[in-house]
Amino acid sequence: MLLIHCPYCEEMREEEEFSPAGQAHIVRPLQPEEISDEQWAHYLFFRKNPRGLHHEMWLHAAGCRKYFNATRNTVTYEIMETYKMGLKPSVTASEEGQS
Amino acid sequence: MSNSIQVESPLHHAQLEQLIGQSSAGGIVLHEHKLLGHLNLRGNAADAEFLAGVKEALGVALPITPCSSAKSDLAQIMWLAPDEWLIIVASGSEVEIEQKLRTYLTGHFAVSDISGAQTLLELSGKDVIGLMKKSTGYDLHLDSFPVGKVVGTTFAKTGAHILRVSEDRFQLIVRRSFSDYVWLWIQHGSQEYGLTIV
Ligand SMILES: [Zn+2]
Repeated sequence: MLLIHCPYCEEMREEEEFSPAGQAHIVRPLQPEEISDEQWAHYLFFRKNPRGLHHEMWLHAAGCRKYFNATRNTVTYEIMETYKMGLKPSVTASEEGQS
Repeated sequence: MSNSIQVESPLHHAQLEQLIGQSSAGGIVLHEHKLLGHLNLRGNAADAEFLAGVKEALGVALPITPCSSAKSDLAQIMWLAPDEWLIIVASGSEVEIEQKLRTYLTGHFAVSDISGAQTLLELSGKDVIGLMKKSTGYDLHLDSFPVGKVVGTTFAKTGAHILRVSEDRFQLIVRRSFSDYVWLWIQHGSQEYGLTIV
């Protein structure tokens, strides 16, 4: 069982209360009609699957029901940080010396 | 043919009234506060006018600290999320209080009467902590769960909002569709302590 910090409830909660919600920081194209089908498909369907640091969204499903972001190591499951929607991560792969 | 509609608690079929007084020695005491008014309020906690309007309408400041609650003569308010609160009011007063909120609030807000969607169960008794420990992963120690705190968490694997009313008294807000399951769970979990319905 992981303990996950909800940045909205401002405390650690049981993993059971959360559900993962995929890659974070995906920006919707501002002018969808001006991009190619391939670019649109990349936006819709293509996701990173890194070995190591990953920025992803989680939902505090049983608690405040807010989405937030987490920086997690996909190998060790260690969650380095969680942060509110609209904020940038403070731990990034370049700082960890990874590509 | 009568046109009158009888409102029923989601635990109507359990006939809790008929179980009152049947056992008095239980370590777990259960009471359903049925058919209370439940209002869901959404709004911007950073908007001073919104906060002032709610205070004017309900007679108490909106609790904006995460997981906190507040109480006035009119209402019990529980923090659900940074922009969402549950307002529990006396049975039958929900329409009037919803109107009152609409009178005092302007701008971007939402108030919804969800009285029929959930029910409020109160658990107490000398063994209540034992039952709670079986039911939720949340840390029940008074340092992490003080009186007046409300947490959205899991209860017997379903979602519930739990308010600590006193050291050994908890109120549970459970969804209508899960209330029978929670009732069965409470009966099962209370077997080793005995269950008294009040
Ligand atoms: Zn939360």
